[in-house]
Parts: sequence; C-alpha cells; structure tokens
Amino acid sequence: MTSTGKDSLLIIVPAYNEEGAVGSVVRAIAMVLPDVPVVVIDDCSLDATQQVAREAGASVLPLAHHLGLGGCVQAGYKLAFELGFQYVIRLDGDGQHDARDIPRIFETLRGSGYEMVIGSRFVTENGSSVGLIRGLGIRFFRMVLRPILGKPVHDPTSGFVGVNRDALQVFSKSLPLEYPEIEALVVLQRRRFRFQEVPCKMHPRTTGRSSITALRSIYYIVHVLLGVFVNVLKFDSRARRPGKSGNS
Amino acid sequence: MDRLLNVLTIASGLLVLLVLTSLRRAHIRVEYSVSWLLAAAALLVLSRSRRMLLAAADLLGISYPPFVLLLVVGFVFVLMFYRYSVILSKLRDDNIALAQRLAILEYHLQSAKGNRSHA
Repeated sequence: MTSTGKDSLLIIVPAYNEEGAVGSVVRAIAMVLPDVPVVVIDDCSLDATQQVAREAGASVLPLAHHLGLGGCVQAGYKLAFELGFQYVIRLDGDGQHDARDIPRIFETLRGSGYEMVIGSRFVTENGSSVGLIRGLGIRFFRMVLRPILGKPVHDPTSGFVGVNRDALQVFSKSLPLEYPEIEALVVLQRRRFRFQEVPCKMHPRTTGRSSITALRSIYYIVHVLLGVFVNVLKFDSRARRPGKSGNS
Repeated sequence: MDRLLNVLTIASGLLVLLVLTSLRRAHIRVEYSVSWLLAAAALLVLSRSRRMLLAAADLLGISYPPFVLLLVVGFVFVLMFYRYSVILSKLRDDNIALAQRLAILEYHLQSAKGNRSHA
C-alpha cells in the first residue's frame, strides 16, 4: 500500500488490548470510507487485537513491545510518511470516536490548509460527556494552553486528530511517548503550524479499560505540564539563537 | 574518625574490585566502568589523605572532617545517577526507534507476502 496522490488519506488506529472494539471500529471506518486504507497499530496487545483487526479488513502494524500511546501513534505516522500519504487521521481503537466524523475532519484538513484538525467534543454541545477528573484536567489544560497557542482549544486531549503531510513529517520525527495530544499542539504552534477544531461526537467506552485512572491523572497532569514547558523553552531558546530558525 | 575513614577505604577498595571483576566478566562496558573507577579512586585518596580532608573541611566550614567525605561521595553518586539517567533515556529512544522500524519492516514483509499470494 503506497499512495502519492494529492488527496491520499490513511486512517490509523492505535490499539492495545482492544479485541472487543477494534473490529467494529475498522468496519465502521470501511462503511464510511470504503476505499481508504486502515492500519491498526497494535501496541503489543496480549489479546487477539491483531487477528480481529485483520479479520475486519485492516492492515496491522505490529509493535514488538509495548511503547505507549505516543510511540504507537508515531509508528503509524512514520509508516504513513514513508508510504507517501498526504493526510492521516487517527482515531482510537476503543470505539469512542464516531467514524462518521472522519469525512468532516478530512474535508477540513483539505479545505483549510491547516496542518492539524482536531475532532472536538466541546466546540458545540453534542451530548459527549467526560468523567469529573478528566473534565477538570481538560479545563486546566485549556487555561494553560490558551496563552501558549494564542487561541483557545476546546478539547486538547482529543485523540481524534487529522494531520497533513507537513505535520506528519514533524511527528514522524518527534512525538511525546506518553500522552502525546497536548504536547503535539505546542510543538505545532512553535513551528507556526495551525490547527482547527471541528465538532465530533464521542461515545462512552463499551469494552476494555481506559489507561488513565484517577491516580494516573495526577501523573498525567505533571508529565504533560512538564512536557509543555520543556517544548516552549526548547523552541524559544532555538528562536533566540542567531542564525537558527524556530522551525528547525 | 579513623574507624570511619578505614571503613570508607575498604568500601572504595571493594568498589574497585567489584568494577574490575565485572569488567573481566564483561558484565559492564569499559566506558561505563571509568566513572565508577574514578569515583572509587577519589574516595580512596580522600579517605587516606587526612591533610586534604582537613583542608576541605576547613574550606567548607565543616567541623567534622569525615562528613566532607560523605558529602563528596553523595555528590559524585548524584552526578553518576544523573549520567545514567541520560544514558537510559537515550537507550529508551533508540529502543523505541528500533521497535518502530521493526514493526514497519514486518508490515512491509506481510504486504509483500500478501501481494505474492494474490499474484
């Protein structure tokens, strides 16, 4: 599978122990976009995720050991970049994202020329709900990111994300290993890339367990905050260095 | 004080012995053994050189000279742990890149097999 067409799109689905949901995710994508290739990136699942994904019609990128979400998504970005795809849309393998929203993200990516389009639960009120702790975390990061990004972001933790080839090139070289969504926004902004949010529906998880528990939420906040500020400082210091571009 | 210094001398001697033995058995790479040997040598010299120890304690305003030695040991070990954190981080990055590369190669292999079986 290679694609060099100017509108070539690859759907990537990071999955870890998602045998209960990944099959229906792949089939739902095929219903909406039957001609678009789907790659499930299996983060060394202990269950039959790979087999279920293949049976549903997806290709599988099998990681040799568990890398975490960022490493898993980055593997997909690397593959897409190598294969020459112009656009990549990522959605989670747990079935929380609605495949019917993919065309809207894709059209916005193509039409706007923005490097990243985020499927957001909160741009408009659409009945999507999040837990209390996650909700607080999202509000906190909205406040933190607002001055850094120079514009509001409603759903900074969304894993429903589309990127064009420019962003793909950046992320295939550098993407945070854990919890990549928020830091990725900062990386893009520091490179003068632009993003847009489009409203998307998010369903509650029906199978498996979220990797972010209440206790891990605290670790998540500290980890991501540190990552955000490291990225801000890193790019600012590069920008101040004479003869160096902030986009290097 | 003498007893503490003697204990530190023995400890540094044991550390040198441990590192050399590990080197001989190839349990540690030469580049990583150097910092341990240097740390052990510094500990050995300071624990045997009372004059240096007293001068350092005087300079730092520490009334109990062996404490200088413990301070040096602590500092050296913090530096070394930091160095190993840097090394571990690099190894982790290399490891991730390798795992991703392996996955992509396996993907290409599976695709090629699929294409061949369809042909």
